[in-house]
Amino acid sequence: MLSEVITRRAALGFLAGGMSSLALPRMALALDEQSAMALVNKLVADITKVINSGKSENAVLRDFDRIFGKYADVPIIARYSLGADARRATPAQLREFTKAYQSYISRKYGRRFREFIGGRIEVQSARPIKAGYEVRTLAYIQGESPFEVIFLVSDKSGSDKFFNIFIEGVNMLLTERTEIGAIIDRNGGDLDKTIADLKKAK
Amino acid sequence: MQMAARFRRVLIAAGFAGLLAGCTTPQEPLPPGEVFDPYENVNRSVHKLNRGLDRALFRPASKAYVTVVPSPLQIAVANFADNLGNPAHAVDYLLQGNIRMAGVAASRFVINTTIGLGGIVDPATTEFKLPEADTDFGETLAVWGVPEGAYQELPAFGPSTERATAGLIVALFTNPVSFTLTRPINNTRFVAEVFRRMGDRGNFSDTVDSVLYDSADSYAQSRLIYLQNRRFELSQSTGRPAANDSLDPYADPYGDGPSYGVGDPYIDEYSDPYEDPYAE
Repeated sequence: MLSEVITRRAALGFLAGGMSSLALPRMALALDEQSAMALVNKLVADITKVINSGKSENAVLRDFDRIFGKYADVPIIARYSLGADARRATPAQLREFTKAYQSYISRKYGRRFREFIGGRIEVQSARPIKAGYEVRTLAYIQGESPFEVIFLVSDKSGSDKFFNIFIEGVNMLLTERTEIGAIIDRNGGDLDKTIADLKKAK
Repeated sequence: MQMAARFRRVLIAAGFAGLLAGCTTPQEPLPPGEVFDPYENVNRSVHKLNRGLDRALFRPASKAYVTVVPSPLQIAVANFADNLGNPAHAVDYLLQGNIRMAGVAASRFVINTTIGLGGIVDPATTEFKLPEADTDFGETLAVWGVPEGAYQELPAFGPSTERATAGLIVALFTNPVSFTLTRPINNTRFVAEVFRRMGDRGNFSDTVDSVLYDSADSYAQSRLIYLQNRRFELSQSTGRPAANDSLDPYADPYGDGPSYGVGDPYIDEYSDPYEDPYAE
């Protein structure tokens, strides 16, 4: 059983390695453990700077919106959060939704920045996963024992971006998919109303 | 003699808990992404009640607590509450066969109760660099292979599962602190724990509010967050990897493809995140 798992992993690694060397002649540019960790390091440095900047809430939220757009694969996160409903969305609706979603996420998570003033995030390690790399970090907040935050990073969008975050096991993609699902239900399945709702959501 | 009697009590309670926890499992595999929540109607009523309790009592009390009580004192109270949990943690780790962590929990209790001035300071962490000890009888049941059971939301207490609830009931009847110390200490631990939770509720008010009051379906959000976090904690102690790779939005951008749910933490909390969903 164990050996089977190991062989399977090895085969997977071999296949993935072989395929990427075929498909990507510019191997040096491809995402690896080091660059995945470097990306998350830059991301948390930017976030920490904004949190401790002493700027007004509105200015902080604008900064978060910019950071989220720069480091996250927003289109894939938005589409996944929309779920099967994304299949019946028109391209225009999907575009509108993605825009509204980016701002909604920045506001929703950004508004709690005060809870993290004085805290820091330290990158620990990285390991390969199907879509790219899993980067493990530890978050230190005053009065709390350090807790694990994991970033999943991929270059499948064409550039290195994160596409999911786990905070002590709580998965952002699943959590937002559930929330967006509830908003769609509340609007009787109407995507335009859902987008409007998202724009005014806190 | 007393020790043997106590051990018997734990075993009887454990048997009872096993019975309880074993009573509900899904009849057939759940559709991908679904939670096993056969009591959803009851749970939603309890959730409504809990939200009312939070809004009327717990939230304002917690906000007042973190405003009035200075931060160092809050930390002392939290340390005190944590330390009183250590004897119970030591017993649970033993029952899980985790001798090392049982030793850690026991050492934490001895160190913090003496050098740590009765538990208000935490030299076990700061000076002795001991890892955090935190477990419960529900976790012991998980290690023993008892299934998680259905999701539950308990009045005043909040999200749980049948297995975690069984663990809570056992803990109520077999608190090891009552064995070494006198009865009133039980109440002390309870009160300290309530204050510790008020500290968390008050200091992370925005986050809790956003789940309870700003989300479109606060019941579904609480359920999802609790289950993911609980399974994450259990996977740490059972040494099985958390399924961080179960969702691949690049392979399955709508989350409804054939690979969805393979290694889904909802379905199999101990799945191998590296398992290839396309392997025959």
